[in-house]
Order: sequence, then structure tokens, then C-alpha cells
Amino acid sequence: MISIQNISKSYKDVPAVRDISFEVQKGELFGLIGPDGAGKTTLMRILMTLLIQDEGKATMNKLDVVNDYKEIRKIVGYMPGRFSLYQDLTVEENLNFFATVFKTTVAENYELIKDIYIQIEPFKNRLAGKLSGGMKQKLALSCALIHKPEILVLDEPTTGVDAVSRKEFWDMLKKLQKQGITILVSTPYMDEAVLCNRVALMQKGKVLDINTPQKLIENYTRKLYAIRSKDMHQLIQDLRAWEKTDSAFAFGQYLHVTGKDDEVEATEFENYLLKKNHLELQVFDIPPTIEDVFMDRMAEQ
Amino acid sequence: MNPYPDFRQKSPPLEGLGEANQKVIEVRDLVKKFGSFVANDHLNFDVYKGEIFGFLGANGAGKTTAMKILCGLSSPTSGKVKVAGFDIYKETEKVKRNIGYMSQKFSLYEDLTIAENIRFYSGIYGIKPAERKVKMEQLLKNLDIESARDSLIGSLPLGWKQKLAFSVAIFHDPKIVFLDEPTGGVDPITRRKFWDLIYEASDRGITVFVTTHYMDEAEYCNRVSIMNEGKIEALDTPENLKQQYGVKNMDEVFLKIARNKE
Repeated sequence: MISIQNISKSYKDVPAVRDISFEVQKGELFGLIGPDGAGKTTLMRILMTLLIQDEGKATMNKLDVVNDYKEIRKIVGYMPGRFSLYQDLTVEENLNFFATVFKTTVAENYELIKDIYIQIEPFKNRLAGKLSGGMKQKLALSCALIHKPEILVLDEPTTGVDAVSRKEFWDMLKKLQKQGITILVSTPYMDEAVLCNRVALMQKGKVLDINTPQKLIENYTRKLYAIRSKDMHQLIQDLRAWEKTDSAFAFGQYLHVTGKDDEVEATEFENYLLKKNHLELQVFDIPPTIEDVFMDRMAEQ
Repeated sequence: MNPYPDFRQKSPPLEGLGEANQKVIEVRDLVKKFGSFVANDHLNFDVYKGEIFGFLGANGAGKTTAMKILCGLSSPTSGKVKVAGFDIYKETEKVKRNIGYMSQKFSLYEDLTIAENIRFYSGIYGIKPAERKVKMEQLLKNLDIESARDSLIGSLPLGWKQKLAFSVAIFHDPKIVFLDEPTGGVDPITRRKFWDLIYEASDRGITVFVTTHYMDEAEYCNRVSIMNEGKIEALDTPENLKQQYGVKNMDEVFLKIARNKE
């Protein structure tokens, strides 16, 4: 449904996207996972026909992003990272406006947005600029869907959103996917990767890896330990100071630690840390998260 | 209905905080109303010297309102608030001089160089040139950015900017530094390096008051408060909160509190 071949784009001398290629299948929920500056927005803007690439070729449902831009705009829905609806129009006026621009009516495609719109309908006469963050997001999604697009592209819809609202938003995306819409979504939150069918891990304009979240985790073959003690700050310093430690990073209540060449056993870590007088010490094997995978790939670069 | 016990009055003893539980923030019955809307509904809490205090809550829970009051940028409707030992109503300017502030949205001037930004903030906080020079060299060395001193902030990678913004926010040795979602959007390695800086500041005795949407970061705080609809629903160490709610991590604590309210 989306095909990207060797796309590159620079802003003056600064490369934003470097030689990226991948495909998204029809009906897939595909995630671009990476921090600020990874090139996610640039890539999306190229696909949305809002920016022209320097090199490479990309198609949306076989339509070329440069030559067929008018046709593409009819079949895609786009929710940009920055709230970009009309702040001085009401909720209802915004929705009607977008429906009219796409030569349709709210009534015609109401089924598609019903679940989402119903939550903001009580505020339909409120100005969009006066909505809370969560409500703005729901309105923006409704407006992006009102012409029943085949492909939905969402640029960091959950950035700056609290943990509860993030979960709700992903539930909405899953429902839309069930209706056959192909979804490309970007996020800086690594834990959201597992909610996608496939993801591209991106960093500094490059794709580090593309796969299903499960496969990414399976392919991580390093020996990873979770370590905890009473004084976590001292623990991380002691581990980093040890020549047998390869990496030691905080992961919530534990540290995730790898040994040099993966040859360090749990008991060795334990003995070393006991000598350093750590109390309430725990060392055990732990399966990696997507964030471990990402950090490992970053270190390789 | 809140099915959970009320922790709001309780200030748990602080393990590992040597400074004899010296209060740097005292909040009693803080209320802030906008018209009929109650943004902060009788907040009560203390924050101690050198503590890393996580200030969590859903969007719209009232965190920003409370933070503005603590920074002396907004007055409460009622209640007693002391920050760095100063009364928030009468000694607002003294409060401002004794705190630092950094957010993801506003930090440094993009069209000034690193050195110019430091000079600018030193001027604002009345740091003498001789002292500034010594401290600036130290800062550039600590962050390993001596070669970039004359680079424009706008040209730096986001991770550098954030570390620099934090260092500048504590350049005048404030008693407290307020961090408003300091790690949004940065890569996972840089995010963790940023927390190294937070720990260093805390070791130096600077109190860190931090908001975040990353629940793993809530685990790195000495204590965490969780706000919902203008009230503090929970306040304790991450360990105690997890035990209290019978869950494995802070993410689940947060979901339980924020979801049960709806």
C-alpha cells in the first residue's frame, strides 16, 4: 500500500532522511519508532506530498508522491504533530469544513468516526482552540478520517500525552485498523512499538531495523541481566566502573546490564557487587524490551 | 469515590536523605480557582532538601497550575506556600532567585551561542564575571562541549541542548530546580544520561521537582505524587505505592489512579 525506495532528503547540508526503503502492506498498522531528529516527520511529509524528496521514489497505493500528488491527497488522512485545525471555528464547524473540502458530508462517513466523535460531541459548539489536549486530539483524528481515507498517517499523536490517554488512543487506532484502513504512525515512546504489526526503528535519518516487534525481540541474542540493590545510584556507578561491564542503563526499578562479549555470568556480577557492599542485591536474567533492542542498535552505529 | 486510603496528610520518613529532613517546599491547603473551576483542590505536601520529587498526573490534572504557583508566577486563591524558605505571597522575588526552571519547550536562546547563553543567565541571576568564568569552564568541561562554546544553540543536537539547559538552570546554585517534562522526545540513551545529571544535582543538595510522562522515570524519584482532577491522590515512595496498590510497576499505579477516577 505504501512503497518507499531509497528516499533521501536534506535541508541545506543537513541530511534528514538517508536512503530509506520499506513497504507497508494493506491493512497494516506500521510504526516509525525513534527520537526527535530521526527523520520521521520528514519521511511522513514526503509521503503526504507536502515535501519533495531529493532522491528515491515513493508511492501510495501505486500513486507516485511527486507526479500524482492530487490523487494521493484524496486517499490519505493526515494528522500532523502540531495541532493544525482552525482554533476559531467550533468543533462541528471544523468537521464540516474538512468534509466539504473533500466533497463529502459528515453524515456520509459518520459510521467511521462515530466511536471517536461521540466523545467530543457534547462540546460540538465549543471553539477548537478552547478544547483540552485529549479532546483536540480526538477532533483532529475525526477530521483526518471524515473523507474515509485508505491510508491514515499520524505524526506523533501521543507525544506529551499522559499514560492513560495514550492507551485509549491506541485502542482507537486498533479499531480503525479493523475497518481496513492502512495506518502509518510515528512515536518516540518505545513501549508503543509492541502495539504495531511491524515497526521501523529510526535514528538520525536512518532505519536501524525493520521487523515485527516480536521478531526484533527474538533477534536480540545478548545476555541481559536485571540488577537491583538498595542504593541504585551507587549501583550504576559501580557497574560502569567495572571492566567486565559492557552497558548498564536504568530501566524503571532495575538496571539492565550486559557484560563484555556476553561472557559474564550472573554469579560474577553478584560476587563483584557483594564485594562493593551492596545490600538487598538481586541479579537475574531478563528478556529484552524494544528499548533494549533500540539502544543496542544505537550503540552499534 | 476514591477506593484507596487518603495519603495526603502523611509525609513518610525519607530514607537515605541525610539532610535531617529539611523542608524546601511547604504546601498547606493550597487552592487555586479559575472562576468556578478548581484547578488545585487543597494540596498538602512537603519536599525535602536534595530530594528528587516526581510530580505526576494526567493531562489537565492541575500540575502546571501548581508548578506556576511554586515558581512564583501565579498566586494561589488560598492556602500557605513556602518555597526555599520564602513566603510565596510576600517574597515572590526571593523565591524566584532561589529556584531554577527548565522545560522542554523553553530553555535556551537558539540564536545565541553556548557562551552567550551562559553569560545572559549569569547576568539575570547576578553572578559576578569572575565567578562566571570559573563556573563556565567547569560546566563546559563536565559536559565535554568545550569545543562548541561558540556554536549557536540552534545548531546543537537535542540531547546536548537539554543537558546544557539543565546545567544553565542550576548555574546559580538554586535550592530547587523545577523540570517540566525535561526528557520529551530524546533518544533512550540520552534520556538516561539526563537522569545521571539529575542524580548529580541531588547529590549536591539541590532539590529536583520533576514532571514526566515516562513511567519508568517515576521509579527513579525518591517520592512521587500523583494528581487527578486537582487533587493529590497519592504521595509516597515508588516502592510503597506499588505495594499499596498491589501492582508491579509505576505504570500500573498511574493507570489505577487515573482510570478509577473517570
